[in-house]
Amino acid sequence: MSETWIPSPSLPSPKLDSGYAGWVKNNLFSTPGNLLLTLLSIALLVLTVPPLLRWGILDATWLGDSRGVCDEAAQGGSTGACWVFVKVRWGVFLYGFYPLVERWRVNFTFFVLAVALFPLFAPILLGTTKRKMVLYLLAAITVLFWLGPIPATFIACYLFAPFALDRLLQGKPFLELFGNQVVAVLTGIGSALLVGVISYYGIFLYLDEKAAGAIGLTALVLTLFLLFISRLTASGWHWVFLFTVYPVFAFFMLVGDIFGLPLVETHFWGGLFLTLVVAGSGMATALPIGILLALGRRSDLPVIKVLCVSFIEFVRGVPLVSVLFMASVMFPLFLPENVTFNKLLRALVGIAFFYAAYMAEVIRGGLQAIPKGQYEAAMALGWPYWKMMSLIIIPQTLRLVIPGLANNFLSLLKDTTLVAVIGLLDLLGVAKASMADKEWLGFTKEAYIFAAIVFWIFCFAISRYSVYLEKTYHPSHQ
Amino acid sequence: MNVFKTLAVASAVSVCMAGSAVASTLDAVKEKGYVNIGVSGKVIGFSAPDAQGKWTGLDVDFGRAVAAVIFNDPEKARFTPVAFKEAFTALQSGEIDILSRNTTWTYQRDTKLGIDFVGTIFYDGQGFMVKKSLGVTSAKDLNGASVCTQAGTTTELNLSDYFVSKGMAYKPVVYESADEATVIYDTGRCDVYTTDTSGLAARRSTLGNPKDNIILPEIISKEPLGPAVRQGDQQWSDIARWTLFAMINAEELGITSQNVDEMMKSKNPAIQRFLGVDTNYGEFMGLTADWAYRVIKHVGNYGEVYDRNVGPATVLGLERGVNALWTNGGIMYAPPIR
Repeated sequence: MSETWIPSPSLPSPKLDSGYAGWVKNNLFSTPGNLLLTLLSIALLVLTVPPLLRWGILDATWLGDSRGVCDEAAQGGSTGACWVFVKVRWGVFLYGFYPLVERWRVNFTFFVLAVALFPLFAPILLGTTKRKMVLYLLAAITVLFWLGPIPATFIACYLFAPFALDRLLQGKPFLELFGNQVVAVLTGIGSALLVGVISYYGIFLYLDEKAAGAIGLTALVLTLFLLFISRLTASGWHWVFLFTVYPVFAFFMLVGDIFGLPLVETHFWGGLFLTLVVAGSGMATALPIGILLALGRRSDLPVIKVLCVSFIEFVRGVPLVSVLFMASVMFPLFLPENVTFNKLLRALVGIAFFYAAYMAEVIRGGLQAIPKGQYEAAMALGWPYWKMMSLIIIPQTLRLVIPGLANNFLSLLKDTTLVAVIGLLDLLGVAKASMADKEWLGFTKEAYIFAAIVFWIFCFAISRYSVYLEKTYHPSHQ
Repeated sequence: MNVFKTLAVASAVSVCMAGSAVASTLDAVKEKGYVNIGVSGKVIGFSAPDAQGKWTGLDVDFGRAVAAVIFNDPEKARFTPVAFKEAFTALQSGEIDILSRNTTWTYQRDTKLGIDFVGTIFYDGQGFMVKKSLGVTSAKDLNGASVCTQAGTTTELNLSDYFVSKGMAYKPVVYESADEATVIYDTGRCDVYTTDTSGLAARRSTLGNPKDNIILPEIISKEPLGPAVRQGDQQWSDIARWTLFAMINAEELGITSQNVDEMMKSKNPAIQRFLGVDTNYGEFMGLTADWAYRVIKHVGNYGEVYDRNVGPATVLGLERGVNALWTNGGIMYAPPIR
């Protein structure tokens, strides 16, 4: 008798665990406990999502521009949201009390920021100079048709000047000319001062004396950058512009009283615009200050170290509300009579320093993770402190602490709502104040939900961006 | 405001420490070109921005009246929302020039806090709202009721005082915000909702079925709401006080924003004095002769302002009640201008 050997696997074929059915089985119904949880979750979703959709979208009133539309809908038995409430207040929610005819200035300021930031924040997407040029050209043309030739000229100069500056000077001209380090440095500073003074008087005499100081100073700083940091790429110049030219531009654009723009005092700022101003300037100033504080705390110089440690520990010991309250209400009590600082400025400074202290500690955590060998290698090459820090240590540190920094940025954005305690109406403040309008009573849900959605969009964007940064710059740690 | 200039001035002053002459509030206000009014910013009918972002309300109109008196332009008033906790500090520090924030005039606030109340713009008082279906017609029937209210206000204390003094039991249901408390009341979690009557009427209009709710006749507390100024500047406090009195007097004299120009020709000596036809009473306060005319021309008399913001035609629907003139059975009474 011979048996035929039929080959068969020693184990039965695995149960179906691929495809949708497999995924569902493995993840949702694998154990009785999981089964129960799944059923509970489905029940919860069925209970909450359809009513929410009905209220927010299907039954909601979208069209019209008066309260009557919503009242009619409500009398007709509709229980949906009244988004007309948000629609008629759109301008107030976005710009606060900024005068209607001047709102293009806010739009333009943020448009310039968006166009300037996009290539810097997404270098993979717009890596090549050609693509950037196309984007910038499109932006300039858009502005030309939208606002006219003067704004278009400004945005074109702002966006294309970095490319020109990049080509302007290669190497160290004065060092080559004089061959002496000291003479070269002095000449450099001298020519920067000269440029600053010339632009100051040029603006003072021919344009507007109020802008002269700020523009002269900006020109001086730019010249210093040009002469002393010679190997700056076009992207580097864009960053420099963002921290030198842009703040000056944004200040004059938003505040006005210059170049024929009417004055709009910060008292009239509000809504989402104010939220973004507070959050944006807070982020842009807190991070650099935080880096300096973190370095100061690890410094070998005792005075600097003690100052930084005590500042950080003091600020971390008090809540932000009390900082804002001090800045807004107590601070003027200590000033001589008739001397006032702008209230918004005080709040901005308060928030920037508050968050700088937190970021300093996050960055210090990153600094501690950098191996000693990195420092030693840089020192062995004879690199001075600032060169070592800015080119070797800080870039690695920032990469390490992206999640922590994103956390701080997010809480900064949300904490901007605290400016309500000092009488500034940000998005949430405007929404709350709108609830008391006697023509539009009873739409609290709509106001809160609108504010929540806007905040969520910004926060989610920040958190996704931090994930993108981690993936791009830190693949080995994923 | 030019920040750089401010910085320069600030550093110059702090370096020199030159003692600057203490200027009067009126001069300071004239110099900066606007008067800064602290408002609550979210009380229906008293101060709130409308859909276009323009401030409206009784408290707001008083601020406009002060601006009209000084600048002949009601738009020279700026409104800064101040929270209750910082309101008095903001006034003392000069952050705001006048506090017009539906604040109750009480002994302690007037004497202890370094501020002066200049009058009463609205006599309020705490009341109760119940569902009609409860069958209650008087607050004395509320024994054992659950009462919704807002936390940390005098409302809560008045409520306890009232029920204790009447020997009745109650169950407080306390919420952080008035909005929340109203919603909870509407869902039927509590029988009674209590707050100042001005607020009750407004809240009632936001309920699902406003007509199913009634406001009980009992008023259990005195809440005279009025504007306040910093202590120590008598001229400024006079300006605020007499702006309010001018609004009340104008109603008594029958001068409205509509007929004020015709009234200039009136033979009535009281009206002539009021409008400064051939007297200059404004100079005693450092103002112009037509100071009262400006209030009425730009803002209106007390009755107009009341009707516009909280009166029967508005969503609050408040009858004049105690806020009627003394000649009409109310207690609104202003000293004569002579």
